[in-house]
Amino acid sequence: MAMIEFKNVEKYYGDFHALKNINLEIEEGKTVVLIGPSGSGKSTLIRTINGLEQIQAGDLTVYGENIAKKKSDMNILRKNVGMVFQHFNLYANKTVLENIMLAPRIVLKRDEKENREIAEKLLEMVGLSDKGNSYPDMLSGGQEQRVAIARSLAMKPKVLLFDEPTSALDPEMIGDVLEVMKKIARDSDMTMVVVTHEMGFAKQVADQVIFMAEGAIIEKSPAKEFFENPKEERAKQFLSQVLNH
Amino acid sequence: MINILTTHWSDFVHGFGITLLASIIALIISMILGTGFAILEVLPNKFVNLVARIYIEIFRNIPLLVVTMFFYVVVTQFIKMNGLVAGTIGLSLYTSAFIAETVRAGILSVDKGQMEGARANGLTYWQAMRIIILPQAFKIVIPPLGNQFINLVKNSSILAFVAGFDLMYQGNEIASTTFDTIDTYILVGVFYLIITLPLSYYMRYLEHKLA
Repeated sequence: MAMIEFKNVEKYYGDFHALKNINLEIEEGKTVVLIGPSGSGKSTLIRTINGLEQIQAGDLTVYGENIAKKKSDMNILRKNVGMVFQHFNLYANKTVLENIMLAPRIVLKRDEKENREIAEKLLEMVGLSDKGNSYPDMLSGGQEQRVAIARSLAMKPKVLLFDEPTSALDPEMIGDVLEVMKKIARDSDMTMVVVTHEMGFAKQVADQVIFMAEGAIIEKSPAKEFFENPKEERAKQFLSQVLNH
Repeated sequence: MINILTTHWSDFVHGFGITLLASIIALIISMILGTGFAILEVLPNKFVNLVARIYIEIFRNIPLLVVTMFFYVVVTQFIKMNGLVAGTIGLSLYTSAFIAETVRAGILSVDKGQMEGARANGLTYWQAMRIIILPQAFKIVIPPLGNQFINLVKNSSILAFVAGFDLMYQGNEIASTTFDTIDTYILVGVFYLIITLPLSYYMRYLEHKLA
């Protein structure tokens, strides 16, 4: 069964048609990368998966729950779906450890000792063991993003969404964040959906690449096939623009 | 001046006590109401926003004296209360409108990503508001909030109009019996300063401590 399934999904912002007839199945444990020019609806699409954006038509099933229905409980959904944002969105009034431990404590009611152990282990995994008591504004962008990833992982989600996680980072910070993401893709059975402009990452890690333009899915292919032999003209054009410089 | 102070010491102290008490009660009520209406204004619900908006505009745009007289003269025909209670209610509602506007500005100045991050992390709207948004919002609005608190203490002199037996009321009484208006009102002013100056410095201290 697909972990995430879009069926004829439509999304509007007023008159603007942001997502056009989206049909997509994402299998459990796979890493899917969404690419395309800016304004193509990649971020909008990924944000519908955890209900940060509502859809106007169609069905969207995440982990067995149709979240297009009015009554569906987003809070339960979000326990299973983590998200990493372009601008990190760490809690500015909490320390790094508190950022990681807060949601497990109040949403999952995780035991405090276990919560701390998990948080410390995650901080170690992202290479920031010494930053537990720092506040977010004392960290670099790359460090903040790694904390944000640790915060999402602490909830032990089934699905992890990444919305342009490296776009706001200085070039020398990007590598560390991508390393952590590769580690997750390799070592866990989490389903990952990643919006990114990092073609190298897409090539190495993605099981499937989705190419979007103007709110529609233009091409879905296995990563290797997409990069070596794109089918659609629009995708070829895009690849030649991003790869040849 | 010393003479007035010593002969009317108990009146001054009594008035000072009432002013302090009314100010503290009004401060607590107006903070609760003000924060509540600030949240109602930013909730994603147009109807609730409108209700909050109407409340705030009414109490922000009608003179404090009119609000207070309304409670003292009109409402007391249905619900029995003395001048102190009516005045404190008027003061609380009036101030709450300004606090609501201040806190709302604070909430709106917190980065939108904070709420999104918290919701995506699994927190409910109210948990995010209480644990993440409001603490940051209050920190931002400490200076304007301090102004509101000081205004509240000074505005408590409205009690004098509704027989609230506060500092201003006692001052009027003393002045009209002794005819020593200058000394009396200077002393009244000093008693107000005893409340407002430490309050002012405390808010400043908080601002630096939390910055």
